[in-house]
Amino acid sequence: MSTADRLPRLLALVPYLMSHQGARVDEVAEVFGLSEKQLIDDLQLVWMCGLPGHTPGDLIDVSWDGGEILIDNAETIARPLRLGIDEASALLVALRLLNELPLGESPEGGQRDALTRVIAKLERAAGEGAAAVSSQVAVEMDVAPDALATVNDALRRGRRLSLRYYAPGRDEVTSREVDPLRIAVVDGRSYLSGWCYRAEAVRLFRLDRIQHVEALDVAAAPPEGAEPTDVTDGVFKPSPTDELAELELAPAGRWVAEYYPCESVEELGEGRLRVALRARDTDWLLRLALRLGETGRIIAPARLAAMARDRAALALAHYEEAGQR
Amino acid sequence: MSRRKTERLLNLVICLLATRRPLPAEQIRQAVPGYDRDSDEAFQRMFERDKNELREIGIPIEVHRDAWEDEPGYRIAPEAYELPEITLEPDEAAVLGLAARVWQRASLAEAASGALLKLRAGGVAADEPALGGGALELRVDTRDPSFPALWEAVRDRRAVRFGYRVAAGPSAATRTVEPWGVVSRRGKWYLVGHDRDRAAQRVFRLSRIIGEVATVGRPGVVRVPEGVDLRALVSPWEERQAERLATVAVRRGACQGLRQLARAVREGGDWDEADLAFVDTGRLAAWMASLGPDVRVLTPPDARDAVIAVLKGAHEANAQGSDHEFGASPTQ
Repeated sequence: MSTADRLPRLLALVPYLMSHQGARVDEVAEVFGLSEKQLIDDLQLVWMCGLPGHTPGDLIDVSWDGGEILIDNAETIARPLRLGIDEASALLVALRLLNELPLGESPEGGQRDALTRVIAKLERAAGEGAAAVSSQVAVEMDVAPDALATVNDALRRGRRLSLRYYAPGRDEVTSREVDPLRIAVVDGRSYLSGWCYRAEAVRLFRLDRIQHVEALDVAAAPPEGAEPTDVTDGVFKPSPTDELAELELAPAGRWVAEYYPCESVEELGEGRLRVALRARDTDWLLRLALRLGETGRIIAPARLAAMARDRAALALAHYEEAGQR
Repeated sequence: MSRRKTERLLNLVICLLATRRPLPAEQIRQAVPGYDRDSDEAFQRMFERDKNELREIGIPIEVHRDAWEDEPGYRIAPEAYELPEITLEPDEAAVLGLAARVWQRASLAEAASGALLKLRAGGVAADEPALGGGALELRVDTRDPSFPALWEAVRDRRAVRFGYRVAAGPSAATRTVEPWGVVSRRGKWYLVGHDRDRAAQRVFRLSRIIGEVATVGRPGVVRVPEGVDLRALVSPWEERQAERLATVAVRRGACQGLRQLARAVREGGDWDEADLAFVDTGRLAAWMASLGPDVRVLTPPDARDAVIAVLKGAHEANAQGSDHEFGASPTQ
């Protein structure tokens, strides 16, 4: 938090301390994302403030002897400032998004119900402005409702899953048993992160590529230390060991630069681009080259350009054969 | 913000909240430590700035002008300032904690965590997310540099102007738009609004906005049409067009993804036959070309010709040492 945010922070800190008398310095520092030193500095500042007159009886009384914070004489700012439109909208949009996830019915009937209740309470607390703004922001996600409900249910009950999964990279459908660790909805798509017994590693599965899923009557038992995939920085993480390919794109092929993370993008004039991207595998890059047709070409490595040309020739040969028959 | 200034502003907030009667500036000057006692002009400037800063963080300062007083009076009404009483059940607090972590970048992420802090300060016990035992993670990224400015424009109902690149080119044209809303679809953000120059509703991809987004005119002027369905406006036109059916030959055992999407698959010898629904011939052709020698489009003839054209293009473009002028003209 920058120093410009200090006043809003203090106006939340005082009510927090009022409603959490005796809270520990380290706990409060963590809640507010501060170091203990910064928090003490805030407390010292608060201690200098109070009602006009500023006699000892007017000032806010705050102590942190033994690491427990006690506060008194701060009734004027005992309630936090109401939510700003941005603040309330950010929460409301996110809550509505969660509410739209088809997670299936939980036996406790809980999640969906809790979401509906909290949205209503927040709308009341935030006022009309925020409710209106939050309805002007929509996030749409691709979810595979059936798979999501089954996976969510297995996660909650701690069951192993049996999947038939389509892997586009190798263009094959495989059967796997997976112990689910987490559902992640990232960039508008939903994924299952779980311990895959076939790969003997944690893997990420896109839910819309699951052809069939069912919970087994087996308790999930992922190995100790199996952590769900970290999706904080997105799902597509090209490995630095993936082959770097260079493509030249005509104006109609520029979508590639928008669609895939590129290591470099260079304007060549007249709307043409040169991009460098990491090829997940050779096959993926060849499919991209063929898809682009005349709107893009592989510059390097030359070996891949030759493969793309040969593959196109082979495909064309089929059409010629068929035409002659 | 310096420590002394923070102190002054905090004292000012307390002073204005504590008073029932609106206070004239001169009384505030006496009551709040840190204001200039010597120069009236310096005090006035400082007081104006302070009021603006408080308003910027959402503090409602009332100004009272009475006919029989020379100077206006100021106060903060506690009922307008304070977060209304809100109590959440543990399950409600848990989903709130989860919601606060949805946004991934500055602006909204800060707004969400600021909101959560206020609610916690107000006594709401929103702790670690527990929806499905922390087993659900939802992330929405707003990586486009233009996002914060457009969000503000939507919020303030204010028109915007920006440079916009057309689909297949580097050149940008200036667009002036009355924003109705922003929509994320499959991880990409779109702006929906009324394009003033074209006098029609338009959808813009944020990834094609170039440079800064400037505001135009005053806040509050944009009117969002009643009942407008932002999501429907952003759904691609293919979803609203009539479908056609293509029949393709698929090499046995290959193209699992295509088979998954096919309407029907009829098994043959070395080649199976699959029926695919499509709208845009160009998109179908690109997809079929990407599968190379594993598929062959049988019908309709225009789709077949389109695939052959894409494949020829790829063949020529990737031919080494070719003097083919790459991408110069459409293949006939």
